Amino acid sequence: MSISQYNGSAMIAMTGKGCVGIAADRRLGIRNMTKACDFKKVFQVNDKILVGFSGLATDLQTLEQRLRMRCNMYKLREEREISIEAFGNLVASMQYEKRFGYYFVEPVIAGLKADNSPYLMSSDIIGAQCFKDDFVVAGDTAETLFGMCESVYRPDLGPEELFEVLSQCLLSGVDRDCLAGWGATVYIMTPEGVRETHLKGRMD
Amino acid sequence: MADGAYSFSLTTFSPSGKLVQIEYALNAVAAGSTSLGIRAKNGVVIATEKKAPTILIDETSLQKICMLTSSIGAVYSGMGPDFRVLVAKGRKAAQAYFRIYREEIPALQLVRELAAVMQEFTQSGGVRPFGISLLLAGFDHAGPHLYQVDPSGSFVAWKANAIGKNFVNAKSFLEKRLNDEMELEDAIHTALLTLKEGFDGLVDEHNIEIAVVSDDKRFRILSPAEIKDYLAEVD
Repeated sequence: MSISQYNGSAMIAMTGKGCVGIAADRRLGIRNMTKACDFKKVFQVNDKILVGFSGLATDLQTLEQRLRMRCNMYKLREEREISIEAFGNLVASMQYEKRFGYYFVEPVIAGLKADNSPYLMSSDIIGAQCFKDDFVVAGDTAETLFGMCESVYRPDLGPEELFEVLSQCLLSGVDRDCLAGWGATVYIMTPEGVRETHLKGRMD
Repeated sequence: MADGAYSFSLTTFSPSGKLVQIEYALNAVAAGSTSLGIRAKNGVVIATEKKAPTILIDETSLQKICMLTSSIGAVYSGMGPDFRVLVAKGRKAAQAYFRIYREEIPALQLVRELAAVMQEFTQSGGVRPFGISLLLAGFDHAGPHLYQVDPSGSFVAWKANAIGKNFVNAKSFLEKRLNDEMELEDAIHTALLTLKEGFDGLVDEHNIEIAVVSDDKRFRILSPAEIKDYLAEVD
């Protein structure tokens, strides 16, 4: 078993019309043993940026703390919020800094650009970026999630529809994976704000 | 050697609380050739005298204005070699910023980096302060900027300013001419008039240097042909 699957995770980010969303499971396990069903994997950086990390839980937390520090320093130094484009590049460059002793984490970034158009980025374990305009998946359930997203996703979904599609994709996807699931959180970001919804899902 | 008994900073407080080394550095700036900058509504112009000490020098090889990023450039008054050190450090800081964020460094951030270097050289052992003041022109997300950085490491944003020889006269000339509605073309004319005012001899396209950054966010050093055209306009 790969160290990336040690704790288990599943994550999807999608774009809609003037909105984006991230859905993630809430399981924290040690291999096949489930330890917690309320583990936080998605974080809000500012009004326009959501970031989720799949992979090793300890690295996820460390990377999130280091990123939060960098964003706070940026805000103090430049007296403005970091743009989502700059944030995506910051994440990737922080990952590649540790090229030969990397974080076992695959980040997924979703948010709104200055003109409120959606932005989506995922990156591999050492910071190779992938920009998409529909959806990205990450975690050890990635293949199944990909299949779900490819069959259900439609462009230009509104916030409510996007929430529905994200929830269905994630819940159906994790049914095929015993290392992820056990509840989920869906974040929907619009220019007006972020809505966080907890889903129950199958708890077995 | 560096940890010997005399490795403390040369810049040491005098009993009255002054750092005379920094004041001497400012004297080196005031003895340097005049440089000036004007911030217009849609851009910034910086200009300087480029007088060769003898006609034997190939003046096309002299370059006093330098580009730091595609949207930021700088000019100096004082010691040329010191300027090149700061240009090298500034370019490197700008590229380091770009490597992380894939976004161009804002003018204020680059100014902060350069000012930090200059400050460090007033407090470190075995070094002397920089013998230059910088005028830095840039255009970024927040609009046009004109910054001055001094040997002490302090920096100020200006609407228009002059440094170097004759800076007092040049500044009062700028004060009379400046208005907030000024466009870049007017600013270039004003810059030329200010330079001509304090110039010893005849201004031509070879003994001054001009650079502009306009709202296309491109920093550009004007060619002698362009300077010639502008000179013809102000005559």
